[in-house]
Amino acid sequence: MSLFQLEIQLVAAVVAVACALPGTFLVLRQMAMMSDAISHAILPGIVVGFFLTGNLSSPILILGGAATGLLTVVLVEWMRKTELVREDAAIGLVFSALFAAGVILIARYAGDVHLDTDAVLLGELAFAPFDRLQIAGYDLGPQSLYSTGLVGLLCAAFIILFYKELKLATFDSALCATLGFLPGLLHYALMGLVSMTAVAAFDAVGSILVVALMVGPPISAYLLTNRLDRMILYSILLAVTAAVSGYWVAHLFDASIAGCMVAIVGVQFGILLCIAPNQGLLAAWRRRKRQRWQFAIKMLVIHLLQHEGTPEAERECRVDHLQDHLAWEKPFAENVVSRASTKRLLNPVGESLELTPAGRELAREAIVHR
Amino acid sequence: MANAIEVRDLTVAYRESPVLWDIDLDVPSGALMAIVGPNGAGKTTLIQAILSLIKPAAGQIRIFGQPYRSVASSVGYVPQRGSVDWDFPTSVLDVVLMGLYGRLGWVRRPGRDQRTEAMAALDQVGMAELAHRQISQLSGGQQQRVFLARALVQDARIYLMDEPLQGVDATTERTIIELLRTLQSLGKTVMVVHHDLQTVSSYFDEVLLLNVRRIASGPVSEVFTEANLRLTYGGRVAIIKGAT
Repeated sequence: MSLFQLEIQLVAAVVAVACALPGTFLVLRQMAMMSDAISHAILPGIVVGFFLTGNLSSPILILGGAATGLLTVVLVEWMRKTELVREDAAIGLVFSALFAAGVILIARYAGDVHLDTDAVLLGELAFAPFDRLQIAGYDLGPQSLYSTGLVGLLCAAFIILFYKELKLATFDSALCATLGFLPGLLHYALMGLVSMTAVAAFDAVGSILVVALMVGPPISAYLLTNRLDRMILYSILLAVTAAVSGYWVAHLFDASIAGCMVAIVGVQFGILLCIAPNQGLLAAWRRRKRQRWQFAIKMLVIHLLQHEGTPEAERECRVDHLQDHLAWEKPFAENVVSRASTKRLLNPVGESLELTPAGRELAREAIVHR
Repeated sequence: MANAIEVRDLTVAYRESPVLWDIDLDVPSGALMAIVGPNGAGKTTLIQAILSLIKPAAGQIRIFGQPYRSVASSVGYVPQRGSVDWDFPTSVLDVVLMGLYGRLGWVRRPGRDQRTEAMAALDQVGMAELAHRQISQLSGGQQQRVFLARALVQDARIYLMDEPLQGVDATTERTIIELLRTLQSLGKTVMVVHHDLQTVSSYFDEVLLLNVRRIASGPVSEVFTEANLRLTYGGRVAIIKGAT
């Protein structure tokens, strides 16, 4: 592995983590689409910043982008408050208008520089190592590593410092306000961070893929845990894994690095959606299946209890009879009977079925507590 | 008896339509008061106005003679259960700890002392053994008790509760009513948005009848009358058992 390759992976991992940190709170605040809006709306800010500095990695760009990102949030909020447009429509309107302004600015004034529309949409991680930070002749590594690293550290510091406040504002903003914290301020601070992260990540992965990195790892992590601190930790781990493995997949297929990273994010989610221990589809399916058997067993023991000791017991409490009266297919009925007898709820005596004390107990309980 | 809450000429409007019209209200210190009125009467709005969560169009609210900001820590709030996302990744104990955040202030995290306090409050509402459960696994009644425990740890002098008895099981209802009485015996002032007219007289000693305007307020025995209920609900009250 060459130094360049290592540097690209490092930048990719830092970008992914910087996105996943504020992304966790966006997901929990049900504002995932806001990341889409912000990541596009920062474009005019970046373009103007680029005109001012002539440098795509300048911190001025981060501030410019953050300003237009916050402008988006304010505009959306304002349009929603007029009650003439709904929030989703307001988001769609505001960010596409700002993005369009950015695209026009690029096409009109920046046609011959690195800032082209392809790079805007997808970014180019492979170029990251070419733009280096040099101080007094010393090479300190890729410049984007510093810009994204700085923003990532800012996000981490903000979340560590105000973890409790962010949690409260996200869970119950009314209580947050009555306790004297400022949920509005926290909201805008978080949106400011999202904007800054989007700008920093933009150069590396472009405006479309930023969204996937902000939303993907957190929703995957959400499938794995019921605790906020774990959710943040798992988001970080998933983000780093996606970054590094995305790089190597891209290397293998000679494809876009950012594209492969996001594809991995998607695969991670797909896999976890299926196999997550408690909330995955597989776990849900198993749970439903288990409940179905439990329910069938209950039906059987109740049926047996009702007819126990009655004259028709001989006829009712037979395996072949279940097919008619409980409308069960023969294999299903036999399966239920064998499951119930393994659990020692009944004894098959020849063709007829006899409840054990435990079976009687279960049937009585099932009747009382529906 | 001094008043815990005094509301004067309070008007709250969304755009130009009034939700609360010129409300005057005195809540005596130590009162256990029900807020009763039809849907859209402005019950929740009144509570939120007292908590400064919404800005009134006109009027003044004093709590122990002072504006809300300077006594914020002595007011506990129990919002409607449905106002939060119960799938939020956190535990019962964690939610109760949130009630202590105000006392902790910015940045400081809850520690062992706070956890002990939160556990005691959970014990008081009969939820101690569920302290580490994920909140999405709670029943409606359990969710409500968690919210109450969270208000208890605030150790407030005034409690404002928005429909704590809405859709809860009988056990929870008993627990909550006992708790309200305990709070009252400790000298706290409690205002509860309440829907069930049948139980007003047995659960509360003061009542506010509200329908955009204040219809009546005072001791249940004096103001919870059929005439006042008719004024509050229009002609829509059929059964008014327990009304004197």
